[in-house]
Amino acid sequence: MSELPGDLLYTAEHEWLRREDDGTVSIGVTDHAQSALGDLVYVELPEVGQDVDNGGDMAVVESVKAASDVYSPIDGTVAAVNEVLADDPETINSDPYGDGWIVKVKPGGDIDESALMTPDAYQALLDEEQA
Amino acid sequence: MGKKTPKHDKHIEAGARIVDFGGWDMPLHYGSQKEEHHAVRQKAGMFDVSHMTIVDVRGDRAREFLQYLLANDVAKLKERGKALYTCMLNEQGGVIDDLIVYFIDDGDYRMVVNAATRDKDIAWLHKQAESFEVAVSERAELAMIAVQGPEARELAAPCIDAEWRDAALELKPFYGMEAGDLFVARTGYTGEDGWEIVMPAAKAASTWDRLTAAGITPCGLAARDTLRLEAAMNLYGSDMDETISPLEAGLGWTIAWEPAERDFIGRGPLQEKRADPNKMRFVGLLLEDKGVLRNHQRVVVDGVGEGEITSGGYSPTIGRSIALARVPAGDYDRAQVDVRGRLLNVRLVKTPFVRNGEVRIEL
Repeated sequence: MSELPGDLLYTAEHEWLRREDDGTVSIGVTDHAQSALGDLVYVELPEVGQDVDNGGDMAVVESVKAASDVYSPIDGTVAAVNEVLADDPETINSDPYGDGWIVKVKPGGDIDESALMTPDAYQALLDEEQA
Repeated sequence: MGKKTPKHDKHIEAGARIVDFGGWDMPLHYGSQKEEHHAVRQKAGMFDVSHMTIVDVRGDRAREFLQYLLANDVAKLKERGKALYTCMLNEQGGVIDDLIVYFIDDGDYRMVVNAATRDKDIAWLHKQAESFEVAVSERAELAMIAVQGPEARELAAPCIDAEWRDAALELKPFYGMEAGDLFVARTGYTGEDGWEIVMPAAKAASTWDRLTAAGITPCGLAARDTLRLEAAMNLYGSDMDETISPLEAGLGWTIAWEPAERDFIGRGPLQEKRADPNKMRFVGLLLEDKGVLRNHQRVVVDGVGEGEITSGGYSPTIGRSIALARVPAGDYDRAQVDVRGRLLNVRLVKTPFVRNGEVRIEL
């Protein structure tokens, strides 16, 4: 398994968050998640401007094998969606932490980082799931 | 942990992701199920199908027994080695299992049934066999590898002893033959040419290695599922089960109605269903919108009624989503599918979707 990017926060649902300079938070799925899903064939994206709730469905990623919900890890509003995924969902497979980002959310307030995982904590979760 | 096939260690070695399938630990994929899928359509792939259950039926009355047991008629099997696809029905005309039966010799037939249905199949066979004095023996000591794809037979041929190789290569579709300690049949579950090779378990791992070295791509159950879906081949438990008539699962063609005096299990209810103008249709769907059709999604036919997707997924060959579905009677060629609350447009198409590497539907 490849090294986890150190500048991201993670969730137990195998998603990652990156705080962007413009105040939004980029969200995607981890390398572990894309590998478990296999070849992605479709991504259902939310509308820009849509409100999202912490823990609520926000997008759906579908591989050949299965459909999987992407949950919002924070409260806020959808600021941007990755339109590239509409035609090229496999970008998530090839670059899950970069070009394969899914949604940018403008947080509705302060982000409770204690509810999210550091790279070390997420790695520990992966190790545990492997065992 | 589930049962392991004789090739289990080989799968782990090759980086397989293992899943439980009918109590067996089976490889789901070895990396990319899409690449495995394309390998079968374009060249050659192989599947460990040792979990499938092989049952030999022997005795003077074996033919008579199978004529009663199965909805298709083994009397059609006149040449040795010829195979027949058929359903085994319950008294209500529901499908206990679908299977292939081979005519090996007079009084000697071989059946290949599903893994997930093994226990109930074996119990049913023994129960029905009682009054026929036939021997029903499961051949758990045998392993099976399916090699599939346009180049599969050619690449796999060296695994068959020279003595039988030419004869094996000359097998017509849906025929099988014994080749030393192997049983080779020109059958499969992908819509491509190929063989299914039955062998002693002790030979399985070395054969797998030889086939890999010959350039045949190891494929998992995930690719097997997308391939069979494109070929519109039914999956037991998904497209039909004991509550479903073969007539509502696209399997009417496997029922031998003639001779009318042949009594087979389930015949009565099946004839009633045959005459029912409201019986459900079993159709292929092509998704016209973006998205992916999945099992159990609701099919809505405006002004007619509702049905259900029995097998849905993404077609790697077509690059769009396809499905098999049970839908209400009526004359229509468009419908909608409820995908997470959104109604997406689908077109009814004539199956198979893909056969021998070619897309067979209008896109």
